[in-house]
Amino acid sequence: MFAFCTDPSTLDTLRWFSCYLTNGAHMLFYQSFLVVFALLAVTAPISLAFGFAAASASRSHLFPIASLGKLYTAMVRGVPDIVFFLFFILVLDQGIEYLRHQIVCPDWTENIRQGANFLVCPEARTPSGNAPQWVHELYGFALAVFTYSIVFGAFCGNVLYGAMRAVPHAQLETAAAYGMSRRQVFWRILVPQMWIYALPGLSNIWLILIKATPLLFLLGIEDIVYWARELGGSRNSAYQYPHPDWRFWYFLGLLIFYLCLTRISEIGLARLTTHLSRGQATAAGEALRKAAT
Amino acid sequence: MKHLILTASLFALAAGAASADVVRMGTEGAYPPYNFINDQGEIAGFERDLGDELCARAQLTCEWVKNDWDSIIPNLTSGNYDTIIAGMSITEEREAIVDFTQAYFPPASSLFMGMSEDFTLEGSVVAAQTNTIQAGYIAASGATLIEFATPDETVAAVRNGEADAVFADGDYLLPIANEDADLMIVGEPVQLGGGVGMALREGDPRREAFDAAITSMKADGTLNALILQWFGADAATF
Repeated sequence: MFAFCTDPSTLDTLRWFSCYLTNGAHMLFYQSFLVVFALLAVTAPISLAFGFAAASASRSHLFPIASLGKLYTAMVRGVPDIVFFLFFILVLDQGIEYLRHQIVCPDWTENIRQGANFLVCPEARTPSGNAPQWVHELYGFALAVFTYSIVFGAFCGNVLYGAMRAVPHAQLETAAAYGMSRRQVFWRILVPQMWIYALPGLSNIWLILIKATPLLFLLGIEDIVYWARELGGSRNSAYQYPHPDWRFWYFLGLLIFYLCLTRISEIGLARLTTHLSRGQATAAGEALRKAAT
Repeated sequence: MKHLILTASLFALAAGAASADVVRMGTEGAYPPYNFINDQGEIAGFERDLGDELCARAQLTCEWVKNDWDSIIPNLTSGNYDTIIAGMSITEEREAIVDFTQAYFPPASSLFMGMSEDFTLEGSVVAAQTNTIQAGYIAASGATLIEFATPDETVAAVRNGEADAVFADGDYLLPIANEDADLMIVGEPVQLGGGVGMALREGDPRREAFDAAITSMKADGTLNALILQWFGADAATF
């Protein structure tokens, strides 16, 4: 990075650290923070959409749709996250390959399962064995996002279902009395008002999602935990920057990072709560009304 | 129009995939000097240099892939990459699952490294990396085995007193013991495994190409030069 970094062993402490913290491996470490942010940015809206679909389905008057929605939330909520992550990633990965295998090579005679191996024909391999490494990494990331969305979608579904029930029923009846259709009542009365009831639950899920991002490490994605362990491990003179075991400092850094991230989220969510409470028939809304007069 | 472009680019992708035959080389990246992630964040080490040279000689296009040690064989057999070149010793158990090339590194001795000279294997707590021949050896001995996912953690276990000694390839432990005043090689060296080879899926035809490349590197002395370069002048050569 800097011109004086060519021979780190001759540098004083300050310069040594300025070189050390800007070497290629550390740049990858800093990039991996973007992986975490990308995961949060993509997973949160998808989870919310899954949750919304699940909550709406659970309220359906059609029995099969309602039970499907309820089954989804109950099933995912009842299984520990990590088990679900590890299981679902495998299912997705092998499921996609299996389906492609059935389509691409119908006359394949060998067994797909051979002992511990899962071997589909080369054309069905996803991503293709010849694809560049970034495609493999992106594919792994996409699988992870989808798995996170399934899990956190179920949590959101449960919260949104409760929030929908918390909207005063009299309002829905009034809307119906004015001649609104069921669809109109749902979109015009129920949905705009449910968010304030959903927000405490959703904020909680957001914080849990932030804290669940290190699970990426378990899924084999090179996230901040991976790099903290990798860079913090002791280094001998095979490396340009030898140092003893510094994992303590790296993990301390992660700890502070996560604390800051959750703290900033809490401030943001508190503002959002105030915003959504305006004019609502809740204690917070009432307090806002009194403060204004 | 959009569809046309999409289809066209998909075809281009498929055609590109069919023409270039990429060999994905799986390694751990945590076992210096065999393989490690260097300060530039790239895979480096003896096996990186060796692998690049083998690919050049066999006229193959290679791409390096990092994978944790404990899942390195399952990910090979399920096709996530095509070779393992990660300081893996040739053993009968592994030979039953994968195909090895000939050894590109002679059988090396495994060593114990601890904090005090008075070390006896019997009754000690010994750290080793999961799924290594060293872990298998300790499990069958009278010592208590504690396993770790990465080599670095096995050494850390000795430093923080969790284990009496770590048991690993001598070439990995010696540089560490030389540079850390607290750590020393203890006990007797043990000969394990039939040398280090490259692993491929069973029946993979590329094995012959790599085998031939290793033979040619042995014949013209470049392999020995590479071993001496990475493992020091005392290293065993062919």
